[in-house]
Amino acid sequence: MSITMKKPAGRSRDAMAARVADDIPEGWVVNLGIGIPTLVANHVPTTREVIFHSENGVLGVGPAPAEGTEDPWLINAGKAYITLRDGASIVHQADSFALIRGGHLDLCVLGGYQVAENGDLANWATGENDAAPAVGGAMDLGAGAKRVWVLMEHVTKDGKPRIVSRCSYPLTALGSVTRIYTNLAVIDVEPDGFFLRETAPGVDFETVQSLTDAVLHRR
Amino acid sequence: MAVSKVYASARDALAGVLKDGMVIHSGGFGLCGIPGALIEAIRDSGVKDLTIVSNNAGIDGAGLGLLLETRQVKKMISSYVGENATFAKQFLAGELEIEFNPQGTLAERIRAGGAGIPAFFTATGAGTQIAQGKETRNFDGRDYIMERGIFADLAIIHAWKGDTEGNLVYRKTARNFNPMMATAAKITIAQVEHLVEPGQIDPDHIITPGIFVKRIVKLDSIDKRIEQRTVRKRA
Repeated sequence: MSITMKKPAGRSRDAMAARVADDIPEGWVVNLGIGIPTLVANHVPTTREVIFHSENGVLGVGPAPAEGTEDPWLINAGKAYITLRDGASIVHQADSFALIRGGHLDLCVLGGYQVAENGDLANWATGENDAAPAVGGAMDLGAGAKRVWVLMEHVTKDGKPRIVSRCSYPLTALGSVTRIYTNLAVIDVEPDGFFLRETAPGVDFETVQSLTDAVLHRR
Repeated sequence: MAVSKVYASARDALAGVLKDGMVIHSGGFGLCGIPGALIEAIRDSGVKDLTIVSNNAGIDGAGLGLLLETRQVKKMISSYVGENATFAKQFLAGELEIEFNPQGTLAERIRAGGAGIPAFFTATGAGTQIAQGKETRNFDGRDYIMERGIFADLAIIHAWKGDTEGNLVYRKTARNFNPMMATAAKITIAQVEHLVEPGQIDPDHIITPGIFVKRIVKLDSIDKRIEQRTVRKRA
């Protein structure tokens, strides 16, 4: 019998995105951050009406265009071509962020570097002076959306926990994250700390706890 | 007799306006809706030590990337500059200043600047690095930080259609920062894809009224590049 710890894989990126999509109800207005969160839109069934917002001024983002039908004046915040759904609207930047900052978005799904048990989010810089600063709309979304869910790998590439008692990276928003979806688990962030909702198929509680740098409560 | 706002070229539209050290709003998000012809004319003018307010800094060889390559920019007031290698190189070498902003704060600072509002409070960035050196106040139990409005010497913007009075209509996501920037400068110059006579744009459809636009130039052609090309494969 081998005692070698194998790194648990859990869900693929697409499966992580699909898991988030399962929890988005009909009628919500949702902003998806750049990276894995963008994949969430692919997993919301077309029969369920969810309105996707993009920071550059779109309410009602549709799927990527078919090749040859790209509209150069129609991109998302990731600067990729999009289409519009029927009923979509276009606004300028100040209005696009007024609807974020004014608390009108039901949900924002963001990528993350770290989430702390007090709900603090770090997702824009690692604190190393190796890049020009680039925050985009993350601070507005983190502070302004009604709900902030974070979708990220459970640990960093070199195996360090991203779910921590206190963030060590520069903060994006304070106390705003209420749920975390990773390849290994779904975790609620509550006033009393982290509460495990579920583990990914084939992943047990002890594994998730051992890769989390804070206490995981069970109900 | 009304003074014509229409100029024959981007270079003509900028004549007598450019000065070293000036603050310029430059519209666009990524490469979408940027005033490319006006940026090229600014490059050709050789004006330097510019402070540029723009969400992004273009990419190498396009948009504001052109002014970075010629080192005409002293400082950028931006929110996301990750795409531009020249920017990163000059910034990390200490050759370029950046005042970086959350995107919504940047948009609101420009809107405030154009509306005569010198400062406002926002929850965005409270408790983060962005809050350093800024006044924090608590309203109704939540912390907010004070941000300043920005009023520039010059705004250069892109619109889809304009009339000779300077009334403007934008095209889809090329609208982005252009309408706020139009309001927030001593002089605003618009480049348009289509130029029409007054009365040919429905007043209900005008996004930027001509009062904000002092000069207008019609483009001969338009560069429709974007940064990321994502399409669905045909079935």
